[in-house]
Amino acid sequence: MRKIGSGREAEPPSLLRRVMAIIEVKNLTRKFGDLVAVDDVSFTVEEGEIFGFLGPNGAGKTTTINVLCTLLRPTSGEAWLNGYHVVRDQAKVRRSIGLVFQEPSLDDQLTAEENLNFHAILYDVPAGARAKRMEKVLKMVELYDRRKDSIKTFSGGMKRRLEIARGLMHYPRVLFLDEPTLGLDPQTRNLIWEYILQLREREGITIFLTTQYMGEAEHADRIAIIDYGKIVALDTPDNLRGSVGGDIITVKTTDDRLAAQEISQRFGFQVSEGQNGLHFEVQKGEEFIPRLVSESSVEILSVNLRRPTLDDVFLKFTGRRIRDEELSAKDQWKERMKSRHRGRGHGRGHP
Amino acid sequence: MHNLKAIYIIWYREVLRYLRNRSRLVGSFGMPILFLFIFGSGLSPAMGGLTQGIASASPMAPKGADIDFVMFIFPGIIGMNVLMGSMMSGISIVWDREFGFLKEILVAPINRTAVAIGKTLGGSTTGVIQGLLLLVLAPLIGVSISAGMVVKLVPLLFLISFSITSLGVLIAARMKSTEGFQMIMQFILMPMIFLSGALFPMRDLPTWMNFLVKVNPVTYAIDPLRKIIFEAQGLPEFVLEMLPQAGLGVTLFGHAVTMQEDIAIIALFGAVMIALAVWMFNIQD
Repeated sequence: MRKIGSGREAEPPSLLRRVMAIIEVKNLTRKFGDLVAVDDVSFTVEEGEIFGFLGPNGAGKTTTINVLCTLLRPTSGEAWLNGYHVVRDQAKVRRSIGLVFQEPSLDDQLTAEENLNFHAILYDVPAGARAKRMEKVLKMVELYDRRKDSIKTFSGGMKRRLEIARGLMHYPRVLFLDEPTLGLDPQTRNLIWEYILQLREREGITIFLTTQYMGEAEHADRIAIIDYGKIVALDTPDNLRGSVGGDIITVKTTDDRLAAQEISQRFGFQVSEGQNGLHFEVQKGEEFIPRLVSESSVEILSVNLRRPTLDDVFLKFTGRRIRDEELSAKDQWKERMKSRHRGRGHGRGHP
Repeated sequence: MHNLKAIYIIWYREVLRYLRNRSRLVGSFGMPILFLFIFGSGLSPAMGGLTQGIASASPMAPKGADIDFVMFIFPGIIGMNVLMGSMMSGISIVWDREFGFLKEILVAPINRTAVAIGKTLGGSTTGVIQGLLLLVLAPLIGVSISAGMVVKLVPLLFLISFSITSLGVLIAARMKSTEGFQMIMQFILMPMIFLSGALFPMRDLPTWMNFLVKVNPVTYAIDPLRKIIFEAQGLPEFVLEMLPQAGLGVTLFGHAVTMQEDIAIIALFGAVMIALAVWMFNIQD
């Protein structure tokens, strides 16, 4: 009988296993018929890192995860996880990873404990270690008091937390979180993030997450921005923001058309017209505002200056924004259905 | 070893879910009660004694040695209940897919074969329970139960249930949504039940129908059930021997099919189904 966990310390040298980053992806492509969901993507993830995939719905985030966790075969290209090839060495890859899917995946007719136990046996966690491990992961997500309760009585946030706990039951090296907070309210979202950050500190685990929320991507050590199946940028959040250039100034005037012309002619900035007025990038924006106000011939109604955000980074690399309000009608419907599935609320398990 | 444990836990979940689902337990009595007490009692007077025509030809025919319609359909109704329960269990893979739980199973470091077999064994177990539960109705329709009969029924019900659950798993292996459920019930399960001799004697049937009944594997599942239950009713030997002539047993090319042959046919069907189910389930996207 093979024991999970023991494989890590006393593994015989294998030809299949390569010394490399915890996740290594080379020229990965996955097509569904004519649709190219993931298009020639390459990246590496280092051990212990929080790595984020940021992109709108349908950008190829989940498809990439599904390939990395062996649920989908790549059309071309290769990927290794924990040194194991995702096609040739599936069982070993699966033992190395924990997964929290985008859609809930608990059996709601079972209790929390039964769900974890089911998982532990599927992953061959030794019987002796099972109870202790269960206690540890349940306490970590503050659901230990609710362990005997049916999942039916759990709120959306509690289910998510339990799924995170379940993903950790078998001591994975990498935890995949596919949109871990989609459809949850902001308070629950923060709580989930508390656990994720704690996890990295305590367990030293590598976390691979996907998100379409800018604020969430900020927590990652490195972010890959993915759009139409391609990685358009990959760096730390700070460096990405730095790449945008200067501060972002939004101006509202009585005649935006004329003002835009004036600003681009006189100061040489690229001006874009948005719903809230004119946007442009300026180095040292706070020094520029007085100049603008005194030199403009058009009456200025308001001026707004802000530092670049990941949203601006996304805009720069893709020419579009991915704000919640700009989700298509279909996406919004999908999200609503999801949040309904997951329920609202966020109870911490201590009423 | 690991895969055996996986089969066990998948089986265990299936049984636990079944036992926990009170409405499914209670609901499984609905159809049988309708069939036995309404349909059965309604048709019984019109049908008369099913073995009478032949029995009266025999000079030794004693009174009360006949089989009435309700008693006739009882084994068929048990079979029908097992079939429905098994099919639902097999198809429940689609529910698991829809509610996301299947992903949790598919991404685990276990064989897909173990998943299909665990699921099928789970469905078989619930099928046996669902079939045996109906025995509580037996006294109400004058069917007597003996320990020997139950002992013979259990493995047979398991075999039947295993075959049909495998068929369900096979259908569910590539099915993406629950929308096809209704269609499967209407176009696969119900025809299999209606064409199995579960609900009417197989005597003087139109040629086309006779053909469909004989090629239907479920026919060979209902037949041994009927044999076991009738044998336990203390009917005279000659009544049991006439069953095939009266259309209450299966005849194939003029030969009355024996219990062993029934079991061999249903076992073969089950083996083919589970092999196909495992194969389909192993195809990866």
